[in-house]
Amino acid sequence: MRGAPVPMLLAALALSATHPIHAAQDAASARPLLWGTDAEGGAPYIFKDPKDPNHNIGFEVEIVDEIQKELGQPIVVQQYAYSSLILGLQRGDFDFGMNGLEVTPDRAEKVLFSIPYYVFREQLVVRKGETRLRDLDGCLKIDCTVGTLEDTAADRLLHDRGIRATMYDGVVEPYRDLVLGRIDAVLLDLPIAIYYAKPNPDLEFAGTPVARGTYAIMFQKGNEALKRRVDAALDALIRDGRLRAILERWNLWDDEQAALGQVGSGDILSASRKAWTFDRYFPLLLRGAWLTVFLAFVSFGFAILLGLPVACMRLYGPAPMRWAAIVYVEFFRGIPVLLLLYVLYYGLADLSTATGLGSAFRLDPLQAAILGLGLNYAAYEAEIYRAGISAVPYGQWEAAASLGMTGWLAFRRIILPQAVRTILPPMTGDFVALFKDTSIVSTITVVELSKQYQILSKSSMKYLEIGLLTAALYLVMSVPLGFLSRRLERLWGRGIL
Amino acid sequence: MSGPGANGNPGIELAFSGLRKVYDGHTILDGLTLSIAAGSTVALIGPSGGGKSTLLRCLNGLTAFEGGEVKVGPHRIGPGPVEGTNRAAAQQIRRLLGMIFQDFQLFPHLTAIENLVEAPVRVLGKSMDEARAEATRLLDRVGLLQRRDAYPRALSGGQKQRVAIARALAMHPRGLLCDEITSALDPELKGEVLAVVEDLRRDGITLMMVTHEIGFARRAADRVLVLDHGAILEDGPPSEVLERPKTARTRQFLSLLLG
Repeated sequence: MRGAPVPMLLAALALSATHPIHAAQDAASARPLLWGTDAEGGAPYIFKDPKDPNHNIGFEVEIVDEIQKELGQPIVVQQYAYSSLILGLQRGDFDFGMNGLEVTPDRAEKVLFSIPYYVFREQLVVRKGETRLRDLDGCLKIDCTVGTLEDTAADRLLHDRGIRATMYDGVVEPYRDLVLGRIDAVLLDLPIAIYYAKPNPDLEFAGTPVARGTYAIMFQKGNEALKRRVDAALDALIRDGRLRAILERWNLWDDEQAALGQVGSGDILSASRKAWTFDRYFPLLLRGAWLTVFLAFVSFGFAILLGLPVACMRLYGPAPMRWAAIVYVEFFRGIPVLLLLYVLYYGLADLSTATGLGSAFRLDPLQAAILGLGLNYAAYEAEIYRAGISAVPYGQWEAAASLGMTGWLAFRRIILPQAVRTILPPMTGDFVALFKDTSIVSTITVVELSKQYQILSKSSMKYLEIGLLTAALYLVMSVPLGFLSRRLERLWGRGIL
Repeated sequence: MSGPGANGNPGIELAFSGLRKVYDGHTILDGLTLSIAAGSTVALIGPSGGGKSTLLRCLNGLTAFEGGEVKVGPHRIGPGPVEGTNRAAAQQIRRLLGMIFQDFQLFPHLTAIENLVEAPVRVLGKSMDEARAEATRLLDRVGLLQRRDAYPRALSGGQKQRVAIARALAMHPRGLLCDEITSALDPELKGEVLAVVEDLRRDGITLMMVTHEIGFARRAADRVLVLDHGAILEDGPPSEVLERPKTARTRQFLSLLLG
């Protein structure tokens, strides 16, 4: 059985609200230490006990429990999104962070690390019966796609090897997409693979784990006092075998762990060694920018192509078509794009599996992104078309008709060119909005510019430097758009304005 | 001579029989029967709301009607919506009858000459060169050759209406429906438009004009019709209708118009 759960989250929140943190002074005080971690991040680190969701369990929970005893000071959980843990620590929202945090040179510049409490490696997981690939070299040979978590050693490893990676921000989704056949393999930290892939009958480990890195506890720069106390506590756990007992209980003990106690807090193992320099991250940013441009143009093209017939149905169609167009517009304007993307990407794939249609509706991320953004924006564009077309005086129809033009000819040659003038400004506005909205597709693993920024800035800790570069890339793309639209307005507005 | 009709296109005969139009519970045209000889110039006068414009618009299918029929040459539109055979007939009729509106309705995104070229190229399938040559001749005829590349917003009201007339003529119509074409113009601009219309009589096309210009009707029309409450009050040559009206209602209307 495992140790007593750490005191509750609510207490932690209440305390943190009333007690500002003075990191250097809390050594002797009875104030509980705040542990920043993401209890929703997944097993086996820290997660809700399935038998009692009020309790957190996990091997880190047990380690912290022992540290608490060593320090003689209570420790409470401060729930924090995994991806923001380092930022949270720097802001002073908690005293230390611990959640499978890898020691990297970029991070070591910004925070203090304790001595490691776990040596991780990366495990490749494939579908049961997979014959084409048994290791990462096999991935290169068959041009496969490997799923992983963003900002991890696995992510960097794949990038360095030139293997195409799909980024996830949870540990369940990559294995799920692997089962669905969307990706060919998953490379994640061994503890995750042990807890999520091993029990899954559809999946199996491919080869032995690769690369090496360490998990350690992180503190604010300057909080040497706390670091020393925690290091001493960890050292005690390692010496007297309590750490080993915990890791064994969680099936995490292996020969690699023998290094614990020898690896110092400053040491960075091979898998984590490379720092993010400009020439490494800039090509990735450019690739993100290209994807943003591609997504914006293709989905907007789709939206304006679809929006016009929807608007025409609503304006000129018989009652059932009119109603269908109204339902379309209200439906897609009424639901969040995020929901739409999830349904298109995950929901349709489930439907395919459930109905035995195979891969008929199993969209790849880019298809789902274009479809989702396109369907959503088509609803807005339809309304813009409708307003623009309705603004052309009815007498123009009559004048065209009295010259013998058919309805379609009059629409195409007389009405639409005039409507364009009304349509163009709001439509360009929408395009710029869509341009920025493309960042939402990161939720279905498409790494466009904003997502790439998030990933890179987190791994490199260069929030400002990469942030400014990213902003510059957006501007380089959107400012010419503004010029272009003003030019078009002048050109097409000739004679009318 | 260079205008349409001059190259052997005679005017066309127009006929209404039992034409009944109800709008919003009001009877606009009340079983009206009338025929207009090919090549004649007819002025249609009468108080506002008397059904004059509606009568014109029934002819080319811009307005549907409830009873009776209209005939333009061999083509007939019957009662009911302008769909099916009615639409097909209206489509034929629109190639034979041009229409000019009170508010011009030039296409604002096209220059003067482009306004003239659009329909001949797109509807009649003429070549661009041929259509432009013809359009140039027509703009010259209405005195606007210099303004051929101007957009409508740059033209005065009188110029716009002359372009509109030229645009209708570019389709070589055999009849022209003019719906109060000088009503939106300042008095000093009316003359230039009316002069163009008077000139059209030479072509021998049928002209049907809703107008308040009594002087013009007297000078140019072969026949004057007074329409009130959907029925014909007077019908005859201008000398008769304008000088010796039969009904008190017409006399009252004329004295109002002439101030």
